[in-house]
Amino acid sequence: MSNKGQTLAEKILNFKSPGVSAGDSAIVDIDLAFVQDTTGPLTMRQFNSSGFQYVANPEKTIIFLDHAAPSPNRQLSNDHLFLRQFAREKGIALSEVGNGVCHQLVAENFACPGDVIVGADSHTVTAGALGAFATGMGSSDIAVAMALGKTWLRVPESFLISLKGVFSRGVYAKDLILHLIGLIGADGATYKALEFDGEALADITISQRLTIANMAVEAGAKVGLFPSDELTRQFLAAQGRADCFQPLAPDADATYERTIVVDLSQLTPTVSLPHAVDNTCAVHEAKGTKVQQAFLGTCTNGRLDDLEIAAGILEGKKTHPSTRLLVAPASRRVLKEAISKGYIPALLEAGATILPPGCAACLGLHQGILGDGEACISTANRNFRGRMGNPEGLVYLASPATVATSAIYGEITDPREVL
Amino acid sequence: MAGKAIKGKTLKLGDNISTDLITPGRYAHLRSDLPELAKHVLEDADPEFAARVQPGDILVAGRNFGLGSSREHAPVVIKMSGIRAILVKSVARIFFRNAINQGMPVLICDTDKIAAGDEVEINPDEGIIINTTTGVVLSCGKIPPLMSAILDEGGLIPYIQKHRDFVL
Repeated sequence: MSNKGQTLAEKILNFKSPGVSAGDSAIVDIDLAFVQDTTGPLTMRQFNSSGFQYVANPEKTIIFLDHAAPSPNRQLSNDHLFLRQFAREKGIALSEVGNGVCHQLVAENFACPGDVIVGADSHTVTAGALGAFATGMGSSDIAVAMALGKTWLRVPESFLISLKGVFSRGVYAKDLILHLIGLIGADGATYKALEFDGEALADITISQRLTIANMAVEAGAKVGLFPSDELTRQFLAAQGRADCFQPLAPDADATYERTIVVDLSQLTPTVSLPHAVDNTCAVHEAKGTKVQQAFLGTCTNGRLDDLEIAAGILEGKKTHPSTRLLVAPASRRVLKEAISKGYIPALLEAGATILPPGCAACLGLHQGILGDGEACISTANRNFRGRMGNPEGLVYLASPATVATSAIYGEITDPREVL
Repeated sequence: MAGKAIKGKTLKLGDNISTDLITPGRYAHLRSDLPELAKHVLEDADPEFAARVQPGDILVAGRNFGLGSSREHAPVVIKMSGIRAILVKSVARIFFRNAINQGMPVLICDTDKIAAGDEVEINPDEGIIINTTTGVVLSCGKIPPLMSAILDEGGLIPYIQKHRDFVL
């Protein structure tokens, strides 16, 4: 065992492969492997070709039907049939259409501090908010992870993102992560771990941490990690999972490749302009950009507090006649709670269309595909050309507050104008 | 990678070729019909790509190739188009792993020194790429040992069929 201080990434991977440090390759047991419905069919075909008949840990393997939910066409319906049959044959769990986005359900029900989680979806990094080393891989890697119950990883070097101060009015976790990606670039952290820490952490909720960790991959990172602290304990206890809590923090003398200090009080509402996540500017600089669609939801920003913020802004108001507002809660639980707390009625009253819990319009296969030349302001995590189903569409990324405010005015608008 | 030299003519793309450009989400319904999916390879980056690519061609691009989704269909459709190897300035992490797992070499070099249509010869073991059109010799990073072993077997599934485990 090395005596030098460990980063959070090194610490977690040492649970599984003692003695490793940044730069080493390690073979590690995995605590959860999952797929979703657009990567799952190829994963299961690769599994069937692998020569392995059984899934090593069926109880730690999940198929989520969330990307095409419910399916918009015959081919995707047949993919769902194939996945349901595979789940039955192999004795693994399947999360049905309508339960919600895989990453939200992993956070609510499965991820524990210190876990190693692999998913056939790039936003698997989301669970880093709970101190899990969670990373996205392709279908072949997940097929082999299912067969062996383990995977290989290169232990990443870490960037320390040290957070201080408090968010000012109208500024949220989404603005922080968009700002950070704009600062370091879409490949600024390729192969690295982004580790968030600092005095501001005690005020950053798990929901906000999920938003931040979710987008670590948009800077190229392998993981976006938060320490496991009192807020983590409270979150897990609220999900009935207090038993899986353990405190986790990097060593004080850990070695970081780069340290970036972010003063939350200096941030402003931020937007990513088409067609790159790192193409960021202040929301007021994009003021006046017409939007025909506003989309609130996804694994990035489809949680209860996101809907609360949007409902607070839209309550008693109407969406602009030229702008349709689409709302997709990240999970069934979020939808139920948002109904009981009155957020969904307020959003409906303001003119929103409520979509089923799932990925919805995010990746352009259904539920809100843009027309030629149309623009959408979205709480999602990607705005690549073609992302929302049309290469002639334009996607702007922002916080739920900015999206809700822009839906009222029909153009990109700084939420501080209404807050 | 205990491979012999890979020679071919290059096709060139720019920086930040995302997986949404390689195989857009709007074709997600074709992911269980790979020949049909492959007809749309890279069409949002270069509508003529599928028509122009020839078996054995080398794909050359700039920074952060393959950023975005974990969809392994991205290297799958590039491979099905006939591309033999990918040369880039930098590559996104998941795409890199997926390409190697599909038996597709991805090498990092200064691709500004390669123009569209140049003939190149890639010597992965020596870590050099010769632009045989211009005579320029480029160095490229070597592929890590385990990934090199996976490439040698033609991808992760053939590797695991043979070894039944990872061998570091």
